[in-house]
Amino acid sequence: MVHNPKWLQITIYALLAFWLVIALFPLYWMITLSFKNLVLITTGPFFFPWIDYSPVTLGWSDLFESGQRNRFLTAMRNSLICAIGSGLLSLVLGSMAGYGLSRFSYKVGIWRNRDISFFFLSQLILPPAAVILPLYILFVESGLYDTLFGLTLLYTVVGLPIVIWIMRDQFNSLPVELEQAALVDGHSALGAFLKIATPIAAPGMVAAFILVVIFSWNEYLFSAVLTSRTSYTLPQLVATQVSSQGVKFWTMAAVGTATVAPLLVIAIMLERYIVRGLTAGAVK
Amino acid sequence: MENPAGLIPAARWQKALFVLPAFLLTFFIVIFPTVFGILVSFTSWTRTGTTLDGPGSGFVLFRLGDMVRDISEAIRSTWNGIDNFRRMAGDDAFRTALKNNLIFAFIGVPLQYLVALGLALLLNQQIRARKFYRVVFLLPFMISPIAIGWMIGKAMFDARFGPFARIARELDITLAFYDTGFKAVSWLIVISAWYAIPFVMVMLLAGLQAMPGEIFEAAKIDGAGRWRTFVDMTFPLLLPVSLTAVILRIIFEFKLIDIIYVVTGGGPGDASQTLSLYIYKDGYLSGNIGYATALAEVFLIFVIVVISLLLVTVGRKIRSLY
Repeated sequence: MVHNPKWLQITIYALLAFWLVIALFPLYWMITLSFKNLVLITTGPFFFPWIDYSPVTLGWSDLFESGQRNRFLTAMRNSLICAIGSGLLSLVLGSMAGYGLSRFSYKVGIWRNRDISFFFLSQLILPPAAVILPLYILFVESGLYDTLFGLTLLYTVVGLPIVIWIMRDQFNSLPVELEQAALVDGHSALGAFLKIATPIAAPGMVAAFILVVIFSWNEYLFSAVLTSRTSYTLPQLVATQVSSQGVKFWTMAAVGTATVAPLLVIAIMLERYIVRGLTAGAVK
Repeated sequence: MENPAGLIPAARWQKALFVLPAFLLTFFIVIFPTVFGILVSFTSWTRTGTTLDGPGSGFVLFRLGDMVRDISEAIRSTWNGIDNFRRMAGDDAFRTALKNNLIFAFIGVPLQYLVALGLALLLNQQIRARKFYRVVFLLPFMISPIAIGWMIGKAMFDARFGPFARIARELDITLAFYDTGFKAVSWLIVISAWYAIPFVMVMLLAGLQAMPGEIFEAAKIDGAGRWRTFVDMTFPLLLPVSLTAVILRIIFEFKLIDIIYVVTGGGPGDASQTLSLYIYKDGYLSGNIGYATALAEVFLIFVIVVISLLLVTVGRKIRSLY
């Protein structure tokens, strides 16, 4: 490590502090808004609760006590089910595909392992808007429209490329000898995968699972088009609030805060895994 | 990284068992609808005018025949040949959206990269509480773009009630963030960057930390200054990760919709609209499914062409660097 002179060290901390403000102030502003009312917002801007204004809980009581309560709790429940469901499902399917592509040798027509991996990875390129309307027609016709099952299935597919990428990378980095020994002991390939490989691949699985959960929790377009009255998720609730509430900032801020809070907690606790997932295969 | 493929022998059905479920699900949920969309793009299908019988009751697979008949009847009755594509050729909103897509990808992403590179270099210095900064700087990337759109685009950039309102009043400036197309697109680039910078930063930081420390010690002994060390060693060594991160960001920036939808709704007029947003507004909200699906297919081809060009040119560069 190269040691910095004092002036440089001070500049570094100043820049870090500057970016802390950039990264955190919008969140801070939203949280303070959720504790304001019409008077406080229109006569402001006020920045410091208890110092230049006294906080009120109007937004939060709007959310948990009066009219919004049912819609909010439904959206929260739907988001939880979709996020965890698609996380688990894509983890199971993606780990298996990642394991297969890492350990077996495939030859389907002219397709080999590399081509199959590329096929899955290339799904990342597809913009959701490019398939959303045909998907809408097919969902309506097949009865998947406005069901949590349909949305979860869709999020699973969108999450698959990243799970396969992370898990293939994870299995590639693990020694194969233990599994070979298990085969000699009479286990099947599936047995070796389940009993030997998956337990030591846990870090990659955690990383992949979290990334899919984050995606599903935050996704808007699919949820907006493919659900309506029963299966809407939190981002959809936020978006409809924006267009329907005008300057009812306090409720909006409370909804926004409640939407982002769970992921912020996850990020703070599991940062290591998130970074691991994001950088999988990128650094050699 | 060496690929140990083929090290585990398995029967055909076993190999299929591992990959087929993921493949089939991807096929039915993504590939099939995309191909089906080609048919829809030659119709004047509308959300209200073209009704489907819906699922009815019973298990889906037993009614596949009904579904196929239902959909093919709808397509036959709304078929309008290449009308949609002819209309697209003269559609200004389409051209603006395409242009905005390119601006967000090829102006927005390089800006994200520059800031992220600065942050990654800062975090790679000898600093206290590095972990704290790393976690906090990652947070914007965890937040739903819809929430970000409201939080920054609406709540902070509010002319009357935002945090800048008092300063503006005292300086007698009238704040307006989105009143022209140029301003709207510029602020949307800023908001999108706030969301995306952590991702690029994390990639670059991983690249920096994977670099062997000895060569920097050697450079120091040779008397190389900070700037020379950065230009001659750090930056070139970081190039593969940089290009990977930038290409991934461009891919995702092409999908940009949620932030714009919440912040400007595509306005003023259609000035800050991207193709994704145009497809959503015209196809779903206005219900012109036929025309918007034609837009979607053209959009898909456009994205595939641009990304393929990037992968062929830049991707080859990345591979030669590894």
